[in-house]
Amino acid sequence: MSSAAFALSHNFVAAAGEGFTPPGLGEFIFQPYFSDGTLPWLTKPLVASVFAAVVVMVFFLVGSRQRALVPGRFQFAVESVYTFVRNGIARDVIGHGFEKYVPYLVTAFAFIAVSNLFGVIPGIQFPTLARLGFPLALALFSWAIYLGIGIKRAGFFGYFKSVMFPPGLPVFIYPLLAPIELIQVLLIRPFSLALRLTANMFAGHILLLLFTLGGTYMLFNESVLLKVLAPFALASAVGLTSFEAFIQVLQAYIFTLLSALYIAEAMSEEH
Amino acid sequence: MENNITLAGPLVYALATLGPGIGIGLIFSAYVSGVARQPEANSILRPIAFLGFALVEILALIGLVFAFL
Repeated sequence: MSSAAFALSHNFVAAAGEGFTPPGLGEFIFQPYFSDGTLPWLTKPLVASVFAAVVVMVFFLVGSRQRALVPGRFQFAVESVYTFVRNGIARDVIGHGFEKYVPYLVTAFAFIAVSNLFGVIPGIQFPTLARLGFPLALALFSWAIYLGIGIKRAGFFGYFKSVMFPPGLPVFIYPLLAPIELIQVLLIRPFSLALRLTANMFAGHILLLLFTLGGTYMLFNESVLLKVLAPFALASAVGLTSFEAFIQVLQAYIFTLLSALYIAEAMSEEH
Repeated sequence: MENNITLAGPLVYALATLGPGIGIGLIFSAYVSGVARQPEANSILRPIAFLGFALVEILALIGLVFAFL
């Protein structure tokens, strides 16, 4: 969607005369804070990511500090996040024995939601998970957890045998199915988890940039037609910001849901 | 020539959204009619619907990545 809109507006603005540089991959590369070469890894995404972790920690620590029987407003907010993940994701998907995995799922959900929402919070306005490294680390956590559960349950060979050779299929299917299942469990799952988050945040960020930068460009253009159309572009930027906030929370939900599903599959005896 | 290059990615991505668009529509239409018939099944159907949504959506997102490569 962003690419198509990008091409359209690119041609449109180019037809109007002056050059408009559309947002691209360069928007996702940050210079280090210290230009003299010390701490070359200290960039905005890293600082924002650490900040997200601190926000999540403070949120849950303060919310669970004084546990009143009748919760106040803040405690109610904290508890509703926890209850949503515990009952809506962990209990419904994993079923029996889900309590052990609730802490990981709640942490993942809260961290991803906060990191994503940084994309629409003024002053930060960069979804850290749009850089592939961050969601890849999260996906590797899920990967290690579900592989660990499966191997602990059935042993190394037993687990991979149950993954590659699920019982109850005709024999001639197995040469086809076994490599696909193995690649899926070892490679495709973690990469699709990470890529889903990254691509969503990347597309959303480019979309917002395009409408705000393009709208501003149109507003200060000589052409009267572009000046008249500029408020529509800026208004859709405002609308898309709230839509983006919805997508960001939805992606956190989907990541947690899929992690829970993989855990449930590794826990179950058959396949 | 340069115009061809800037248009190729978006056009390929436009094609890549067709299938997932239809797929996501089918998934949510089934989800909506399921909940309309049996509202108390909502909490059971929701994870299933979003699981299907996630699996279909990744196809469109792979198209997006290839559009930028």
